[in-house]
Amino acid sequence: MRGTYTLTGCRVIDPASHVDGYANVVISGERIADVGRKGAGLRIDAEGLVVAPGLVDLHCHLREPGREDAETVATGTAAAAAGGFTAVCPMANTDPVCDHVGVVEQVRRRAADAGYCDVYPVGAITRGLAGNELAELGAMAAIGVRCFSDDGMPVRSARMMRCALRYAKTWDAIICNHAEEASLTDRAQMNEGALSSALGLAGWPHEAEEVQVARDLILAHGLGSRLHIPHVSTRGTVELIRAAKARGSRVTAEACPHHFTLCETEVASFDPVFKVNPPLRTAEDVEAVRAGLADGTIDAIATDHAPHPPETKEREWDYAPCGMLGLETALALTITELVKPGVLTLAQAIACLATKPAASRDIIGHGGPIQAGAPANLVVFDPSASWTVDPERLSSRSRNTPYAGRELLGKVVHTILRGRFTCRQGQVV
Amino acid sequence: MIPHLLSMADLDAAAITRILDTAESLKGVALRPIKKVPILRGRTVCNLFYEDSTRTRISFEIAAKRLSADVINFSLTGSSVAKGESLKDTALTLQAMGVDAVVVRHAASGAPTQLTRWINARVLNAGDGWHQHPTQALLDLFTIRERRSRVAGLRVTICGDIAHSRVARSLTQGLVTMGATVTLVGPPTLIPPGASHWGAAINHDLDVTLPQTDVLYLLRMQRERMGEPCFPSIREYTRLWGVNRDRLAALPEDAIVMHPGPMNRGVEITADVADAGSAVITDQVTNGIAVRMSCLYLMLGGEEARGESTAFPKSASSRAAEKHSVSPPAVGGDSRGDPGKGSK
Repeated sequence: MRGTYTLTGCRVIDPASHVDGYANVVISGERIADVGRKGAGLRIDAEGLVVAPGLVDLHCHLREPGREDAETVATGTAAAAAGGFTAVCPMANTDPVCDHVGVVEQVRRRAADAGYCDVYPVGAITRGLAGNELAELGAMAAIGVRCFSDDGMPVRSARMMRCALRYAKTWDAIICNHAEEASLTDRAQMNEGALSSALGLAGWPHEAEEVQVARDLILAHGLGSRLHIPHVSTRGTVELIRAAKARGSRVTAEACPHHFTLCETEVASFDPVFKVNPPLRTAEDVEAVRAGLADGTIDAIATDHAPHPPETKEREWDYAPCGMLGLETALALTITELVKPGVLTLAQAIACLATKPAASRDIIGHGGPIQAGAPANLVVFDPSASWTVDPERLSSRSRNTPYAGRELLGKVVHTILRGRFTCRQGQVV
Repeated sequence: MIPHLLSMADLDAAAITRILDTAESLKGVALRPIKKVPILRGRTVCNLFYEDSTRTRISFEIAAKRLSADVINFSLTGSSVAKGESLKDTALTLQAMGVDAVVVRHAASGAPTQLTRWINARVLNAGDGWHQHPTQALLDLFTIRERRSRVAGLRVTICGDIAHSRVARSLTQGLVTMGATVTLVGPPTLIPPGASHWGAAINHDLDVTLPQTDVLYLLRMQRERMGEPCFPSIREYTRLWGVNRDRLAALPEDAIVMHPGPMNRGVEITADVADAGSAVITDQVTNGIAVRMSCLYLMLGGEEARGESTAFPKSASSRAAEKHSVSPPAVGGDSRGDPGKGSK
């Protein structure tokens, strides 16, 4: 549906313009026509609902090309629309790897054809994610790629990392290095500690993340380059980023819902739906990640949506792949676990889910502001409606959500992409 | 009794005592001219071994056969697993074939726990990854009790590669549950992180612990599970943590030496120590059969399990009630008499 319509009586929360108040939002064509008392066209009752900038995910895996059995750009962006997202940034670890213009354009084309969500592919830092030679960052930057990452594979060599940070400065692009010192995570299966020892699973020490983040922060600071820290999972990483920001580094960071809602004790079930990289950590780490979001050390909530088909997850823990679904539960988990307990205000939550991620990646037209003339990229949600996560009812092609059966607060009602409903009354359209 | 035997953490002192008492009764079966009782006649036990094991598989096989169960051996080579079948599909297949119990050995920690989600049969963990090996712990407790007439209050030193050892984990839990004092000894790189929470002391100096040791339990280097080496050389390991005649002499006179096998003679234990009178290593093997018979009997036999597959009490109250009913197995109906009488 496009044309002119008005969302009436809603609470508009727009961190970009510091707005939090009740208004009608008039949408005409692809753009917002007015925010205020007026109304035009069809009136859509939004009383009791919140209208916010469409959510922006800095980190997801759409699996196409290569693993269309797990997800496609079409199903992944449908899941994004169901979750209230209007923009997502899929990582480069597809097959073939998104290390050249062809794959970037293929993914964009698929997304445009599906029409659920704007897609901003992340380019690889190195060819084939192998860590040996830089991918052609310039060619990808020329068609608008702003962020490069070998996500899933750390850039091991400090020299290569420094080279990438320095080279990306040509376009002031962002380097996002998978935060894992691989020599410390050989065969690692879960967070290292008393529980990993008791369960007989090889430990994944928090130091593996922190050593890598510390190195990258030092390198980026020295060059004045832009660095983004993905999926912050440990207290030590939060402290490192806090210190780097205090000394003026150009660093941004994200945390995933599972790292502020779940802790390592879930692993005792040996159910690989809880296997993720970086692993679920301790309750103390969960608290530190929450505190990092609250004080702004961590800029964004990113999903690391990682679909896997059932046969790969219903396996021995050691042999199952890492990753969990995230797009369709991120908003509700943020409301349930951060807003309701008072860790974040609703406005701060929206800043973490939309405004700050868009700004940190130079994404124009998403993340607000909600004002006349801006593209109508919006999410409309009911912050007080509860629902139960049912894997069979997700829009993703995969089912590997660790929240099956969990009752969550906060339900997406509509998602609007450039004036068109991609999700209406909770249904992807 | 518990529905599955997955971890020593699931067994309290009463349950362990019941298993050991039952094993004591069943040990006598081996002394008979015909080493068989008909307790599990008509029951099918599948040995599902994803990891090579001679001693444990044979021990379970003998245990099941002495109870007259039908035994199927399922190993990796030449099976559907070699053709790419998943653990879940293998489980569903065994389920469809009506197997009553699955004895599983797997290189991946937690695989037996996962099996219980896909199968109604009783699952017995015969060793999973670095996680657990409960029947080994039970046979060790049985052997200690047999030799020293008790477990509570004994000082047990477990020395070697604790980090990669499922035996160390299970045995430490069992010993702590039964009231023994446990000291873990080895290089810091082979003591797992958080082992201080296991209720055991940690010491890196074997020579300090030996004079205060009633039971010395030695472990093999699990070098195949280690990845990059955690110590400089076998020679240095043997010098610091290997047990030779001199170290044996430092033990109290009535101390016993144990090893779960397979031994690396000349590394953690010298040949003369392995063959010394204080070493009870072959007793452990013998007792393994009785303990496994006991576990199979308690999980598959008895009136409760005869009727249907969900007969085992699972609620806390029924488990508590059982703690007080430690009874030997009802094998008296067999015309060859009560095996319990032959064992004493």
